[in-house]
Amino acid sequence: MKERGGKDHAKLAERFNEDEPRVDWHDKTLWFVREKRDKAAWQIPEWEQLRERASHIKNTVLANLHDLLLQFESNAEQNGAIVHWAETAAEHNEIVRSIIARHGVNRIVKSKSMLTEECHLNEYLEKHEIEVTDTDLGERIVQLANEPPSHIVLPCIHWKKEEIGDLFHKHLGTPAGNSDPAFLTAAARQHLRDRFLTSRVAITGGNFAVADTGEVVVCTNEGNADLGVQLSDVHIVCMGIEKIIPSRDDLAIFLRLLARSATGQPITTYSSHFRRPRPGQEMHIVLVDNGRSTRLGSDDYRNALKCIRCAACFNTCPVYRRSGGHSYHTAISGPIGSILAPWGDMKKYADLPFASTLCGSCSNVCPVKINIHEQLYRWRQDLVKQGYAPTSKKIGMNAMQTVLSNPGIFRIGGWLGRKLLKRFPFMVNNRFNPWWWQRDMPEPPATSFREWFQKNRKQ
Amino acid sequence: MTVGLFIPCYVDQFYPQVGIATLQLLEKCGVTVEFPPGQTCCGQPMANAGFEHLTDKCSQQFIKSFGSYDYIVSPSGSCVLHVKEHLHVPGSERQVQSIANKIFELTEFLTDVLKIKALNSSFKHKVGLHQSCHGQRGLKLSQMSELVASPFSKSEYLLSMVKGLELIALDRKDECCGFGGTFCVSEEAVSVKMGKDRIADHLLHDAAYITGNDMSCLMHLEGILKRQKRKVQVIHIAEILNTPHT
Repeated sequence: MKERGGKDHAKLAERFNEDEPRVDWHDKTLWFVREKRDKAAWQIPEWEQLRERASHIKNTVLANLHDLLLQFESNAEQNGAIVHWAETAAEHNEIVRSIIARHGVNRIVKSKSMLTEECHLNEYLEKHEIEVTDTDLGERIVQLANEPPSHIVLPCIHWKKEEIGDLFHKHLGTPAGNSDPAFLTAAARQHLRDRFLTSRVAITGGNFAVADTGEVVVCTNEGNADLGVQLSDVHIVCMGIEKIIPSRDDLAIFLRLLARSATGQPITTYSSHFRRPRPGQEMHIVLVDNGRSTRLGSDDYRNALKCIRCAACFNTCPVYRRSGGHSYHTAISGPIGSILAPWGDMKKYADLPFASTLCGSCSNVCPVKINIHEQLYRWRQDLVKQGYAPTSKKIGMNAMQTVLSNPGIFRIGGWLGRKLLKRFPFMVNNRFNPWWWQRDMPEPPATSFREWFQKNRKQ
Repeated sequence: MTVGLFIPCYVDQFYPQVGIATLQLLEKCGVTVEFPPGQTCCGQPMANAGFEHLTDKCSQQFIKSFGSYDYIVSPSGSCVLHVKEHLHVPGSERQVQSIANKIFELTEFLTDVLKIKALNSSFKHKVGLHQSCHGQRGLKLSQMSELVASPFSKSEYLLSMVKGLELIALDRKDECCGFGGTFCVSEEAVSVKMGKDRIADHLLHDAAYITGNDMSCLMHLEGILKRQKRKVQVIHIAEILNTPHT
């Protein structure tokens, strides 16, 4: 057997579950968001048609990605932007660093970008003595706490307001014990205002890149992307190559779906279109592959590239709600993260496709109709075939196959098992049986159904 | 019409009363039922754990046992979904397709094939319906809360024919119980937490029984209920539908 990576979802989730009231709170908080999403979706009678349309557009994009990217590049350059291509996360980080270095600055602001999380840009820049300030409030909170986000839309959803009060007291000097959300938000705003005013370089992500206009669209609720970009001399957009959409008509479909799916809002407070740099400003767009184009060649896993990072699948996932984002030990957690991560590193993320009951709720809320639960199933098969199953599981499954595929062994084995369980219940009621830790075993009946049938029905 | 009765392996061994209720219910509806004795397991426990490649023999056994029937009926949404979607036997694609077309979960067989309009049964209790995910989202036995679409429920339709039964409303209509096959032991902490929460929703609404289309979910919930020493019991929907009206 190949060794799996060091971190394991089941173990991390078990630790998260040591504080049950906190799990309840986490579950209810996210379920509230799921219900808000439901209400917003029900406001749109044609919701299911919108999803179908969005899925269709994304399929078309993936089938024509090469041409659309070139069209986008050409239009963006005509608008005055400088387009960079990065094959890997490392290339992306180096491109960004060199742009910053060329302007001789050592502190920058960044609005939310999951791509930069995926590439671990902050760590890379900090190694090169460039200080990054995340300007999204949730991201700033986890950054101050020296943690990765636990959710792609609500990065600090695992933090309670009292804890944020303590954190701000320590880092921003707010009065001890003050956890009033409005007060803390105002304090963060003051603190960030200073960073906005003194940073000459601003990084943003990109929710959509429109091929036929060459513009990048960024959706935020806080306006922090706009503030960063408008106050800076240099704007760097970091985005994955799958974010391309053909036209503004298509954008209209996605803007209707994105915020409703994410938070239950009709639309984000700001949908900012960055088309050209203002006079004297530089605009760079870094288009990142990092495994996307090889994934494009996979019939089983291609359509995960349709993802618009709304996190609806996180909020609906009964496992995510009860295990927390950090138990997935990757930048993009939840159900979509569990099918994205193994593509990059099967060894490190071999545990994630098993962190699901395959209930299918994720695929149903997905605004672009990614078959998430089917890909989870597919990943399990591929990971086992590639040798990433624990040896004990392999032995167990082989034994199971022998018993369950052979009517004679099954009948006698079942009979014997039930008798033994009745006489010696401690054989299974012990610490080696995880079922028994918090659950009773089923009572073994005197006869099986087939024995009953033999006696009571003649064929 | 001859129906091949498929009783999932763990139901056969641990919950014979569910098999008996299914059989009697079908017979009451005038169906000739046979139980092919060579049947074992559909292969789902291995397949969902990533070992689909170990299910060939189970699949072959399944085709041998059930290939010749007009219909195959089983009191489990999960096993039926597996047979429909993941039965693979190289060289037997036609038989596999034919089986996928004629296998039905018990409640959908009653509502869609037999189209029953009445049942002579009664069950004078408050009952909560736990919709098993594979039956619900996989076989579409009822509408799913995620979709903007008209509601329906094959189970609720059948339960509405049972005299005296009071179906309680739940806060979360179709939340997963956390069983999930090998998930129930490999992710023990989350699995149990999900089960506890599912039970709490039923307790909050005063259920005396928790019913459903899948004994696997109910077995998991029963294990927690017993450990918590609760009075609430689990009961398969076939047992309720088969309880005669007296």
